[in-house]
Amino acid sequence: MLTIDNLHANVGDKEILKGISLTVNAGEVHAIMGPNGSGKSTLAQVIAGHPGYAVTSGSITYDGTDLLAQQPEERAQHGVFLAFQYPVEIPGVTNAYFLRSAYNEIRKSKGEEEVDPMDFLDLMEQKLKLVEMDEVMLHRSVNAGFSGGEKKRNEILQMAVLAPKLAILDETDSGLDIDALRIVAHGVNQLKRPDNATILVTHYQRLLNYIVPDFVHVLAGGRIVKSGGKELALELEAKGYDWITEGA
Amino acid sequence: MSTYADAFAAGPSHGWLPELRKSAFDRFTALGFPTTRNEDWHFTSVTKIAERTFKPVKPGTCAVSQKAVERMAHGEADWHRLVFVNGRFERGLSHFAELPADVTVATLNEMLKESPEFVAERLGKLASFDAHPFTALNTAFTQDGVVIHVPRGVVVDAPIQIVHICDDKAAGGAVHPRLLVVAEAQSQFTIVESYLAVGTPSYFTNAVAEIEVGSGARVDHYKVQQESTEAFHVGTVQVTQARDSVYHSFSFASGAALSRTNVYTRLIGEGAEAKLNGLYLVDGTQHADHQTFVEHIAPKCASRELYKGVLDGTSHGVFNGKVYVDPLAQKTDGKQTNHALLLSEGSRVDTKPQLEIFADDVKCTHGATVGKLDQVGLFYMKSRGINAEAARTLLIYAFAAEVLETIELDGLRTQLEAAVFEQFVRTTPE
Repeated sequence: MLTIDNLHANVGDKEILKGISLTVNAGEVHAIMGPNGSGKSTLAQVIAGHPGYAVTSGSITYDGTDLLAQQPEERAQHGVFLAFQYPVEIPGVTNAYFLRSAYNEIRKSKGEEEVDPMDFLDLMEQKLKLVEMDEVMLHRSVNAGFSGGEKKRNEILQMAVLAPKLAILDETDSGLDIDALRIVAHGVNQLKRPDNATILVTHYQRLLNYIVPDFVHVLAGGRIVKSGGKELALELEAKGYDWITEGA
Repeated sequence: MSTYADAFAAGPSHGWLPELRKSAFDRFTALGFPTTRNEDWHFTSVTKIAERTFKPVKPGTCAVSQKAVERMAHGEADWHRLVFVNGRFERGLSHFAELPADVTVATLNEMLKESPEFVAERLGKLASFDAHPFTALNTAFTQDGVVIHVPRGVVVDAPIQIVHICDDKAAGGAVHPRLLVVAEAQSQFTIVESYLAVGTPSYFTNAVAEIEVGSGARVDHYKVQQESTEAFHVGTVQVTQARDSVYHSFSFASGAALSRTNVYTRLIGEGAEAKLNGLYLVDGTQHADHQTFVEHIAPKCASRELYKGVLDGTSHGVFNGKVYVDPLAQKTDGKQTNHALLLSEGSRVDTKPQLEIFADDVKCTHGATVGKLDQVGLFYMKSRGINAEAARTLLIYAFAAEVLETIELDGLRTQLEAAVFEQFVRTTPE
């Protein structure tokens, strides 16, 4: 589904990603771990198409297409979803309007008919249950005045509505209390299908107690320095990052 | 200036009126058009108005259809609506709703015939032209307008709408509409003024409104300025507010090559409240200037101002908010907020709050920001599949929403929301 080959990316003159290669297949859950500043979030943002990063070499192939040649909205329409580490507040636009616009844009791009507001609310009902959110949240401005946990749940709600093929969760666990973490993880697990894939970007092993990865990669200094199975995460939890990131 | 004198000689006469007109014209001649040396006009040059002579548009047959009025004018079927085309009242295009007994909504010319003493007692009494050349010019040249009188305790449910439309026949000319409003104690009603155009003629609208809000009365006043983008618009609203009165003003401006909107209110009775809100959307080489002046004369009055502007192209926006607090106006509560969103490198905004406070027990704040479209917000929307153009429009709408939400007329709010969406849709991507 996703093949990243020797990816290099800069912010300004500073190289953040220094040759990342990674393959993600349908049905898989990959965890990308690593210390702060290792480039984890940059990788997530580059996949989603953040304009602040310049890819200097390497390639990303997604579903047989050149992902880097696509605008962020095209990537989303083709099934790529990034749950933001810091979800953006948009005062003045209701959550319902925002979600319906996104949902309909994606439908339009597939040649499907748009859904009207009433039908959309029906659709939302079960999605809201999934993340234990009240309907009133739909009528509030996007993320405006939401607590940290509400923002993260709202990201998962969007993911549930847009049903991506490739979901990237950027530090979705950070700042969550245990209840919120459980709700978020439950939502992600429910959305897992054999034909989609998930990349979890996280600093801590904690999230991986709830969402069990098939593969764990450790990123340090802009490179993947170690890959393994889920037991690698436990080892990191016990020993910290220093033993593998030295010299990276 | 001499060319205006020719036009002035040809003006109509109604007893006491010629004297008022004459003194207004003399005052205009003495003042001349303001220059940017005048502090109140520092950021707005009216050279383009001054270098031409806009004589009042000559009477002619009306070519604007009822359909066109329905299409352009924001309003609903049950609104009382007076329509003026090129400055002249068009009875056939107007709609007269049933009004409560003793409520007067009439044209200025009708009132001059039927109740001249009512007009004589009030016209020009609030909107002084001593220091205001455009008000002097309006007083000298006004051909018609509207008089609204709502007696004590009367509530008028449906809004009273005044529509001014100019078309090609106004090209090169001026219209000087006048509005006189008397809201007696405890009365309540809503006025919607629309300034619209068919096509893109170049003309000059110079409007003056005088509004007296009696004690405990409430007047909601919406002004929608969607003049031709080749036109010039200067509009002045002068309000006085008695004890415990409420005046809400909403000013929407997206038309005219150059516009200046003045909203002035004097809070002369204890406990009065003024809410002055505005939204302007400009593009190309448009220039939109808003000046507010709140005079806190009596104690315990509150004023709230929220103005927002969205600017594209090489347009220029100006907001000048003046607040005066008299030594006697203790417990004044004043708040002024002004935000501008610049969509282009070439657009510009000048903001000038002016607070003159002579009382010591007051709360007066002001805040202003100038920003660009939030790139992170844009990326967030695009990352959800929303295309770049829609994301941009949605963010512009989101910026404007806070002030649009203050519109209490659902139909009008929906129409102006749509106007925001339409205004900045780009046909070609950048």
